[in-house]
Amino acid sequence: MFSHLLLLSIAAPLLAAAVISAGLSVRVAKIVAALGFVIPALIALHVWYHFPAGVGADYAFIQAYNTGLQDLGIRLTLGLNGIALPLFVLAGLVGLAAGLYAIQSGAERLKTYLALLLVMQGGLMGVFASVDIFFFYFFHELALIPTFIMVGIWGGKDRSYAAMKMTIYLTVGAMLSLLGLIAIYYKSGAENFDLITLRATLLEGGIKAGTQNHIFGLLMFGFGILVSLWPLHTWAPLGYGAAPSSAAMLHAGVLKKFGLYGLVQIAVPLLPLGAAHWATPLAWLAVAGNLVVIGFVTIAQRDLKQMVGYSSVMHMGYAFLGVATLSAVGAGGVVLMMVAHGFSVALLFLLSTSIYHRTQTFDLTEMGGLAQKTPVLAAFFVTATMAGIGLPGLANFWGELTIFVAAWAFSKTLTVLAISGVVISAIYGLRAAAKVFFGQHTEALTKVLAEKPATDLRWSEKVPALILIAALFFIGFWPKSLSVPLNAALEVVYPAKGPIITIVGQK
Amino acid sequence: MSPELIKAAADNRWVTISPEIALGCLALFLLVLEIFLPKKKHALIPTLAITGQIGLLLGLVLNFQAPYLGTESFNGLLRHTEESQFMRVFFLLSSVLVSILGVVALAKQKMPRIEFFHIVMVVSAAMMLLAQSNHFVLLFVALETVTVGFYILVSYFRTSPLSLEAGLKYLISGALSSAMLLFGIVLLYGVAGNPTLPGSSAESMNFNALRVFLEANPENFLASVGIVFVLAGVAFKIGAVPFQIWIPDVYQGAPTPVTAFLAVASKAAGFSVLLILTQRVFGSYYYLTVPVLSAMAIATILFGNLAALTQHNVKRLIGLSGVSHAGYLLIAVIAANSQPLAVGAVYFYLFAYLLASFAVFGVMTHVAGPNDADQDLDHYTGLAKSHPFLGAVLAIGLGSLAGIPPLAGFMGKLFIFIAAFKAGLYTLLAVAIVGVIVSIYYYFGWIKAAYFETWSAPVLEGETDTRPARTPVSLTAGVTLASLAVATIVLGFYQGSFGEWLLSK
Repeated sequence: MFSHLLLLSIAAPLLAAAVISAGLSVRVAKIVAALGFVIPALIALHVWYHFPAGVGADYAFIQAYNTGLQDLGIRLTLGLNGIALPLFVLAGLVGLAAGLYAIQSGAERLKTYLALLLVMQGGLMGVFASVDIFFFYFFHELALIPTFIMVGIWGGKDRSYAAMKMTIYLTVGAMLSLLGLIAIYYKSGAENFDLITLRATLLEGGIKAGTQNHIFGLLMFGFGILVSLWPLHTWAPLGYGAAPSSAAMLHAGVLKKFGLYGLVQIAVPLLPLGAAHWATPLAWLAVAGNLVVIGFVTIAQRDLKQMVGYSSVMHMGYAFLGVATLSAVGAGGVVLMMVAHGFSVALLFLLSTSIYHRTQTFDLTEMGGLAQKTPVLAAFFVTATMAGIGLPGLANFWGELTIFVAAWAFSKTLTVLAISGVVISAIYGLRAAAKVFFGQHTEALTKVLAEKPATDLRWSEKVPALILIAALFFIGFWPKSLSVPLNAALEVVYPAKGPIITIVGQK
Repeated sequence: MSPELIKAAADNRWVTISPEIALGCLALFLLVLEIFLPKKKHALIPTLAITGQIGLLLGLVLNFQAPYLGTESFNGLLRHTEESQFMRVFFLLSSVLVSILGVVALAKQKMPRIEFFHIVMVVSAAMMLLAQSNHFVLLFVALETVTVGFYILVSYFRTSPLSLEAGLKYLISGALSSAMLLFGIVLLYGVAGNPTLPGSSAESMNFNALRVFLEANPENFLASVGIVFVLAGVAFKIGAVPFQIWIPDVYQGAPTPVTAFLAVASKAAGFSVLLILTQRVFGSYYYLTVPVLSAMAIATILFGNLAALTQHNVKRLIGLSGVSHAGYLLIAVIAANSQPLAVGAVYFYLFAYLLASFAVFGVMTHVAGPNDADQDLDHYTGLAKSHPFLGAVLAIGLGSLAGIPPLAGFMGKLFIFIAAFKAGLYTLLAVAIVGVIVSIYYYFGWIKAAYFETWSAPVLEGETDTRPARTPVSLTAGVTLASLAVATIVLGFYQGSFGEWLLSK
């Protein structure tokens, strides 16, 4: 039973989705859905607590299943190493929060909504539990498809256009990454698609430098589209602006991390020469594009949800910068940053929707003074904003700090520019908090509140938010819980002094 | 009879074609029943046709590893292999599904019913023979049986001018393709029968003899011309550019179940013949077949996808998207020259295509009104809300056709891409990827119509709603559509021994 835990974490939400679509009453469907979200979260906590010390870059909880493609070298191999563990935990917890928030949302056609969200959750658990790079891609797509449908059906403004644009951008990105992944497999000469074999084969002799450049380029832009690397980001604010809250939470919080995780876990370690070739352009795109340009664009937003969407694009700049440093420290920073950002952006999307339910608008200029009526909501929102800025004591601090440390060794100019990003995020974050919660009610808001007085957060909204806040504080005060296994893995995958380039020579 | 004749007759081993014979007899039996059963009980006949075919299908699947596999029968006319067994199952399954759709579609028309099932079964039997052919005479006869059957089926809705027009178009283009095929066969027969050339044979219509001749004369001009003409004849059947011109009009005019039959079974028949020819017979002329097929594949993928982008009639849309699927399959046929995996990829792709296409056509049959040729994207507005079941089946079918994981169609495309990658066909691979991305747009547009668009033009006073009422889903059709959808999902996750069998090719 315990040896199949990871499989169970994927199967439980998928089974719950199947049961719900078979036709149940809404009340029973809610219970089944809750089970489907709770089981993976419990499994995530379980493997976190029991993650064995001293596995290094090896995989714990590993288990392989044959799905009939063994002759192609494809097997469903599930396992976690120190790099995958933090993201697996993130997927479990954000999934639970998004699920609980969806259950209480009272959305139209709730059963379909929950079933799609459960499929997404199953895919997310699979992405980070997969050792086989084929299934890593496969589960990503499994999680991605429901996103499009959810945006299209339950989305807000411009949903049809947003869904179409997201589909096309993300399909292009996914196709490029798939090509890159297949290319790694064939050019490495490995016998199968699992990362352990790939890494072992490449340690004996890497891929030729020219080929590495091509493959890394494919992966960088493929994953780049998925993670909204500037200037390929335009789907993100539009999509998140339109997406229903739980879908935005899961996509921006967890699914988007697929691309960065692919870069940290697969692309940089396996293609060190290609990574070195692309590092400088990647870092400049990240800092000048994502951090600075998108940072200013974020400041200019008037729509709260669009602002959160743009801010998530902006924060990806830190992560890309960390990847581009090609160092264990940078990669560690990226993983911590991904986890922290996952929790904080999910929290922001959740709270934005809760704010919308009270103000009936996302327009920042039409709100104000909400804190008088909803002190808890205000406190939560300020916490989330602080986390986004990178205040010590919250998880994001550790990720950003580590990335800056790694970036200093990489390029001082870029580091200075990147640190100015903290100021930018402070400007839009605090300004949003001030406009929503402090000052006087605007005329428009007074009218809305007269019709339907604002109540503070209900428990059904508080619980999912508290899960996320607890995670942010826990990691903020005790980053060791994630960084120890993470570091053990990174030290092997990214040896000090020039990651792997010295070890993996040319063939 | 003399003992030699008796021995020769025994050598024919009729048992090898017992499924085809049984199917033919069942088809004839339907006509007999129509005469003898009272009119009130005629509704029984389609049920009998479907259950009879399912019985035959089960028998064939249970006897899949028949003892005669790997041998030839009828004096070398037929050759039985695992692949041909697979195609037999494939055609019989399509025949069952077409019959089930036929029941739904014919109910909306005032048409004779029984002949429809009769012709579908005869055509299927001919396709099953075609997949086992080892001789140009049998290949041509079987192919003509299929084509003549389709002439009738395409113009079956004889009160619809579009259906009649489609039949005429199919007749003319089909005659042209048969002529090209025959011309190629005659050239090959003539040149291979030339006693002054090495490896010549009096039996040069036989694939084994022809292969020996072609291997002995690798650069014969007349043989090259013959091969190109034969390939052109087959390209008509699979709808590859530049022989795709008949597709949109014929697909639109033909009754929906027949469109499905054309799109799936007729195309698959073309590919099974193409694989036999390029793999076994023309193997030594790969320097000729590869460039010809590559050019065709590139043009087919680009044309199919770009032309489908602008379609509003769903039958034309799916016809043109089917053209692009033929292009992807052609890549696998080319890759099969060096990668045995590609052969398995073709069969897997065809099977995934069958499941997804029949799911989509099944939904189309239910959405279509009495005017079968008029099926517009607008008719799908709000389908997912009013008919969640049909909406879900449609989304799964279209998703699989678009190649979205975790559906079977994605695995099919993945196998083809891997085979192409291994074979070093990078240009073709790049074109295919572009094609897939373009195709997402129109497949998604269809899903969008069914799922996201809730507004439709209101019906003004004094006007009648032009959108046809949707047919309620009967139990049989519902079970069929649900199984197609479930199979599409399951085959995407778990290929099991089916995948192992195909990949071991």
